[in-house]
Amino acid sequence: MNDHADILTITQLGKDFGGLHAVRNFDLTIPPKGLYGLIGPNGAGKTTVFNLITGLYQLTTGSIRFKDQEIVGLQPFEITQMGIARTFQNIRLFPNLSVLDNVRIAYHAHAGYSMRDSVMRTSRFFAKEAELTERAQEFLGVFNLQDRQGVVARNLPYGEQRRLEIARALAAEPDLLLLDEPAAGMNPRETTALMDLIHFIHDRFELTILLIEHQMQVVMGVCERITVMDFGEVIARGTPQEIQSNERVIEAYLGRGAAALSEKLSEKRSYATGS
Amino acid sequence: MKIKFNRSTIIFLVVAIALILIVEVLYRIRPGGAPLLNEFWYTLLRKGGVIAMVAIGLNLIYGFNGQFSLGQWGFYGMGAYAAADVTFRWTQMHTANGLTILFCVLLFIGLSMYGVSVLVKRVRGLDPLSAFALYLIGVFISAYLGVLVGGALAGPVTSLLSALPGALAKQIVFFIAILLAGGVTADVSYLIGLPVLTLGSDYFGIATLGFTMIVKVLLDNSDTILGFQEMKGARGMISIPYMSSWLWIGFFLLVIVVATRNLLNSSHGRALISVREDELAAKAMGIDVTAQKLLTFVIGSLFAGIAGGLYAHIDGFLHPSTFNFIKSFDPMIIVVFGGLGSISGTVVASFGWILVLEGVLRNVLPSGFESWRYVVYPILLLLMMLLRPSGLLGGFEFPFIKAVLPSLKHKPSTPPTPDTKTAAGD
Repeated sequence: MNDHADILTITQLGKDFGGLHAVRNFDLTIPPKGLYGLIGPNGAGKTTVFNLITGLYQLTTGSIRFKDQEIVGLQPFEITQMGIARTFQNIRLFPNLSVLDNVRIAYHAHAGYSMRDSVMRTSRFFAKEAELTERAQEFLGVFNLQDRQGVVARNLPYGEQRRLEIARALAAEPDLLLLDEPAAGMNPRETTALMDLIHFIHDRFELTILLIEHQMQVVMGVCERITVMDFGEVIARGTPQEIQSNERVIEAYLGRGAAALSEKLSEKRSYATGS
Repeated sequence: MKIKFNRSTIIFLVVAIALILIVEVLYRIRPGGAPLLNEFWYTLLRKGGVIAMVAIGLNLIYGFNGQFSLGQWGFYGMGAYAAADVTFRWTQMHTANGLTILFCVLLFIGLSMYGVSVLVKRVRGLDPLSAFALYLIGVFISAYLGVLVGGALAGPVTSLLSALPGALAKQIVFFIAILLAGGVTADVSYLIGLPVLTLGSDYFGIATLGFTMIVKVLLDNSDTILGFQEMKGARGMISIPYMSSWLWIGFFLLVIVVATRNLLNSSHGRALISVREDELAAKAMGIDVTAQKLLTFVIGSLFAGIAGGLYAHIDGFLHPSTFNFIKSFDPMIIVVFGGLGSISGTVVASFGWILVLEGVLRNVLPSGFESWRYVVYPILLLLMMLLRPSGLLGGFEFPFIKAVLPSLKHKPSTPPTPDTKTAAGD
């Protein structure tokens, strides 16, 4: 793979919490417009990787390059402004603000008017604010939330909160979108809709997407390539088909005894995903 | 500047200006020597206006940005003494050196802090402590330069102002003194906020409480430690000109309310509210959380400084005990009473607080029982917390202050995938 073409290059990433190696020797490269998955059992360090990429944690070793620029040591908001947006495992909306304001906040870096403009209400304020609002409403329209723009975010049903969080992340105009368990707590029908949604935003906004997911249906159905983690280390990487038949992956998920049944299980799983 | 005169704006401005004028006129009309609105109530209204400014500043910091500050009372005292000193020097000592020196010091400090902040941003990996040391060095050098330049400017400015009619010059000096009081507190709050705002919310509260105590002690010793003889330390500063008419206070309050409203209903306002809502999410949405906290703290303190400056010129007397830390809970109670995150509620609660506590209860309670008002108001507070936990007006805002929900511009193109079924699924 050509290094310069990759939008995200993570090399030898490591993070220790005291004596615990949460992430060790983690490598990952994602080409532009890739749709990659990151899976692994609970506690494997997937969310830690997200937190390291977005700057919420300081890494212990390694390097993260985004669009050919080292982003280690940057503040989280600077990393977001460079073009990495994320959603959270447990939804983190701005609960007491309206749906519209939730999306408009993500635009803050691109607002284009100063505080003097807003206090003095200059004509620039009105022009830029109208522009910003219109774009936010457009995004809500894409996610079918435009009728809900005045609703306080905490009063939205769960599925809509998930959609709003993705809408908000997209409003930050990212090139790379990190989705942390977007299907968590969704029923099968919502999950199917979510898979369509991920495909849709991937095509429409020409994004690179990296997603963490526990629902194999989503990962196998959506991702082009999958990286599997266990105990902070990469144990496998490849296409969904390769991962499904990988013995180490099955071992990590189900234990050593189950690995012997890998044949049977992979049959079952391919039935479940309908492939 | 462009004002959109829709209905709510016009109603708000007309009512506000009418209230300002009516109160002032009622006080000025004196058929048979006694004003229609007597001195007592007039002063209470003025104090209500002043406390409203402190409370709005605090509501910005605590109610909107979610930082628990007990330092506003310290800034209030600081602003009071700063403004009082400037006008005192003009009216009693007939020199404008207070004005010019303070102006130059603040200007230079502001410039140096801006310079250092740009420098700190450039140099990556500078630890916060060294950055703060840089700020301090900049402040000391610029303060020294400011004293020198301001002292040199004092002579010409004094003669310039003396050439104007006395009353006009006095009003000009007063107006600038109030702005300078705001400048003092803004500069100081920036310097304090830099190291302190990295602390979590509770620690921030304790640190700012400490600041209020320091200010009180410094004011107690203002004639010895600080060396301002005219402030007279713990004996209290006297002979401050009575300049804070209701017109001035109403004007400043109106400006502060409108500015706050304009700030909050903008992208910057939403950014500072997002910090209260979810700090982590705000960071992940590209918002510089520390900068937002610092900015809000500076604006809130600026309001407190302006309020202090106006307060100093109501009674013509200042005493450090007024700025005791125990009183710093007054604006906090008002903010909670009026509703966290409600500007209208804060203004109503501020006037209500002063008028009920000092006005109504003082008259209603039988003589000898005036101190019982401090028993009555906690009961009122308790009842309110039980009956209306979200504040006096709850989430209510006057239509002018409330953010307008923009109408949908155009029908969005129907997206192919995310269907409405998911909403029904819940």
